[in-house]
Amino acid sequence: MANKAYQKIYTQLEAITKATVSLKAPGVSNDELATVDNRLAQVVKTKGELVTLQVFAGTEGIPTNAEVSFFGAPPTLKVSEQLSGRFFDAYGHPIDGGPEVEGEEREVGGPSVNPYKRKQPSELIPTGIAGIDLNNTLVSGQKIPFFADPDQPYNQVMADVALRADVDKIILGGMGLSNDDYLFFKHAFEDAGALDKIVSFVNTTEEPPVERLLIPDMALAAAEYFAVDKNEKVLVLLTDMTLYADALSIVSNRMDQIPSKDSMPGSLYSDLAKIYEKAVQLPSGGSITIIAVTTLNDGDITHAIPDNTGYITEGQLYLKADTDTGKVIVDPFRSLSRLKQLVQGKKTREDHSQVMNAGVRLYSDAQNAKTKLENGFDLSEYDLRCLDYAKEYASRLLSIDVNIKIEEMLDTAWELFGKYFKPEETGIKKALIDKYWKA
Amino acid sequence: MSTTGKVRGIVSNLVTVQVNGPVAENELCYINAKGTNLLAEVIKVNGDQASVQVFESTRGLKGGDPVEFLGKMLEVSLGPGLLSSVYDGLQNDLTTMTGVFLKRGEYTQALNPDKLWDFSPIAKAGDRVEAASWLGEVQEGWLPHKIMVPFSFKGEYVVKSIKEAGSYNINTVIAVLSNAAGEDVEVTMVQHWPVKVAIKGYREKPRPQKIMETGVRVIDTFNPIAEGGTGFIPGPFGCGKTVLQHAIAKQGEADVIVMAACGERANEVVEIFTEFPELIDPHTGRHLMDRTTIICNTSNMPVAAREASVYTAMTICEYYRAMGLRCLLLADSTSRWAQALREMSNRMEELPGADAFPVDLSSIISNFYARAGMVVLNNGQTGAVTFIGTVSPAGGNLKEPVTESTKKAARCFYALEQARADQKRYPAVNPLDSYSKYLEYPEIREYLDRTVDEAWVDKVIEAKNIVRRGREMKDQIDILGDDGVPMSYHVSFWKSEMIDFAFLQQDAFDAVDALCPMDRQKELLNTILDICRRDFDFEDYQQCREYFKKLINALRQMNYCVWGTEEFKENKQQLLNLLEDNGK
Repeated sequence: MANKAYQKIYTQLEAITKATVSLKAPGVSNDELATVDNRLAQVVKTKGELVTLQVFAGTEGIPTNAEVSFFGAPPTLKVSEQLSGRFFDAYGHPIDGGPEVEGEEREVGGPSVNPYKRKQPSELIPTGIAGIDLNNTLVSGQKIPFFADPDQPYNQVMADVALRADVDKIILGGMGLSNDDYLFFKHAFEDAGALDKIVSFVNTTEEPPVERLLIPDMALAAAEYFAVDKNEKVLVLLTDMTLYADALSIVSNRMDQIPSKDSMPGSLYSDLAKIYEKAVQLPSGGSITIIAVTTLNDGDITHAIPDNTGYITEGQLYLKADTDTGKVIVDPFRSLSRLKQLVQGKKTREDHSQVMNAGVRLYSDAQNAKTKLENGFDLSEYDLRCLDYAKEYASRLLSIDVNIKIEEMLDTAWELFGKYFKPEETGIKKALIDKYWKA
Repeated sequence: MSTTGKVRGIVSNLVTVQVNGPVAENELCYINAKGTNLLAEVIKVNGDQASVQVFESTRGLKGGDPVEFLGKMLEVSLGPGLLSSVYDGLQNDLTTMTGVFLKRGEYTQALNPDKLWDFSPIAKAGDRVEAASWLGEVQEGWLPHKIMVPFSFKGEYVVKSIKEAGSYNINTVIAVLSNAAGEDVEVTMVQHWPVKVAIKGYREKPRPQKIMETGVRVIDTFNPIAEGGTGFIPGPFGCGKTVLQHAIAKQGEADVIVMAACGERANEVVEIFTEFPELIDPHTGRHLMDRTTIICNTSNMPVAAREASVYTAMTICEYYRAMGLRCLLLADSTSRWAQALREMSNRMEELPGADAFPVDLSSIISNFYARAGMVVLNNGQTGAVTFIGTVSPAGGNLKEPVTESTKKAARCFYALEQARADQKRYPAVNPLDSYSKYLEYPEIREYLDRTVDEAWVDKVIEAKNIVRRGREMKDQIDILGDDGVPMSYHVSFWKSEMIDFAFLQQDAFDAVDALCPMDRQKELLNTILDICRRDFDFEDYQQCREYFKKLINALRQMNYCVWGTEEFKENKQQLLNLLEDNGK
């Protein structure tokens, strides 16, 4: 994105905040890119001749006589097969020491898919983790975040899921990744021998926060190239969307916008939806699936970021430390995959949804028994059976270190039902009991 | 000459235009961005500066770009061909757009101008008519679609001539009317109406008289919604709002269904596109899609068009109501609409109300809900628009402005509850917090007692009381322990669990259980109440629990069976055997 010779250069800033600069420049178009003192910036507001630019790298050290020149175009990414196996920064420049990518230059953050032209997602994405495949089955074209506390191993689980999933490309959009996590992903991908199907756009904590705003658009522009042009199944990993939203609030704050809940901009819902709704099953067979991470403050999901996310995404996954087994499990109560019924019993065995529901319901009975125990009440014989069941259910099915096929998950569940319960206690349809019950 | 202007300022989709003539509030304009016309609506005028909200992305728009005002408000086209259509919030036909991606500035016609419709006249030359009078009808799918005197016509007209029966396209002049001044006006099969203005042209709007069946037990029996009534479904995400709304859309007893997907997930709309053409309307045996119009402005589509989408949907409903039809409008979700209002108000730097929403949010919502209702048309026939909106309260907290404003406007409240959803007790409608004001209407009570069962409403109240008592007992049991309370507490609790598991819970994904007709609801409630009225003997609370679990299991298996089949009878027999063993 070099300056072109004929461009007019402005040298008089009217105002500077920590994230934005304003200057008089007629004929500038909305969303256009510019450089301010050689830093990349984007037009976010025009009023008469006064233009406000958000400076991605921050405005530290920018003088009022800084040189500003406009590109005449919004942010773009050069797309081609050469993206595969490469690591880029938020601007799409290589950070792996390799050459610049040659290819067609495309606008990022482009238009939406006509909803009528979408196909209903119907392809299962198996991960081997029963907490996901059995209880919260993922489907291609879905968008789903992990809601996780910062101390939970969400990046590891996400890397596992990505590497086990049967997809053509994995695109990592890292926002505010610590350098250690960045290297973790890099090594995980290298060790799996999967580098050639991975494209990464990374903004680390060492880099300015506003730069993060470009990451999802860059990652999704690359994803659209592979899914739309090449008909590939693409999995996009976005971590951490909370840091992305924080960057949004910084910019809106500097532009003196009235904040809504939790000092987030009033447009947070639309801003997040624009990203997540890029997940799509295309009629041509290509698809974009998004798995994201939204970190929580002490598990608070009523905060504006996870709350708005939950309304946009097709479910959410929670990790939880299980004290009974000492393992990290996928929380069966709060986790949800909204698209699971599109594949359960259709792409999987007929008993899938009933087994899932019964398994979770009995696990919930065990939680009630646990509460009773904690409150010092006597436990019934049923309560005791539930508690035993819960331990085995957690370690053999919910734990994130499980890696088995879905049939095996279902058989394991039937085995546990038969071991601890009577058929009528499961509430499963009689026809299925007759066929699958293991005494 | 029409007013023109030039772009002066841009913040996201709010554009300030310097104008050279008169402009009206809500007037439309085209902003020309590099040869592409972008539609926008005036939302504020200050001197010669008009603030407009652009229904498209404003990327690449420049100061100085030319603007042309259209001299009209946002309108929809009303005529045959609306049903089975899929529109965006501005009534562009999404099915005729080219390409996988939405192209900015691509506007498509709402109604097919070439399609021929079999017209037959109703009015004849010499008839005196007024706005909304029926002139003729065409067959739209299986619905008689009335061609009416345009709603914008004022005063009385005389039919001068009317086309004879035959096949015509929508732009054919099917009648010529003369007004009081003796001037002739031509009427075609299509008319236009501004979406933000309610369609009148009826004699009166009485109180609702009957209920609208949905096949969902917790609604029809516990908190019924009236035909022409209003209701709303608030709930945190993951509580099954959309599943419940789709169930109502599939099963609702209405002639016309308009679904407004307002700022929600695109895949949910895809689900409708995929499933509805396959599904059969349980009341008429016809294809569901034949009676359905979808207005689809998903969350990634432009925000301003999202606001328009609910109005577009309502206007289409009102149009069909004027034909004497029963319409059901489902909007998912009205919170997204409110958020669209908030985004604009915010960009215009208005002083904010609670949670940064505009201060007139409450009145905007109640005005909208007021457009629903049953009406008596000028010819004595009746039509209805029933409206059910979902609300997505921020953080699941019902004390937020959109929920509170909606609560004031809607008559039915279906509170989805996180705790119930966590326990997979679906539909997660809280049976006690939810309410239907219609149950208090004497005319509705009379209707239910007459059409469903004798003293039906009393039975519903009895069932609600059992659930309420069961909850109180549960609290006591939790505090005092299973052994610390009398046996009667356990029995009360389990009676309420039986109502919960066998009646309130319903499997929306089971082919049989998903739809429970009213006569089946009646039998089920009567069976359950009969059990609840009995006394039982138990040695200990464990025996009580075991016994009720068996009862619940038998009842649930019955719910999964087709009514009256051998399998059903077997399960019923099992239930009766259990009652033989215990219970007097």
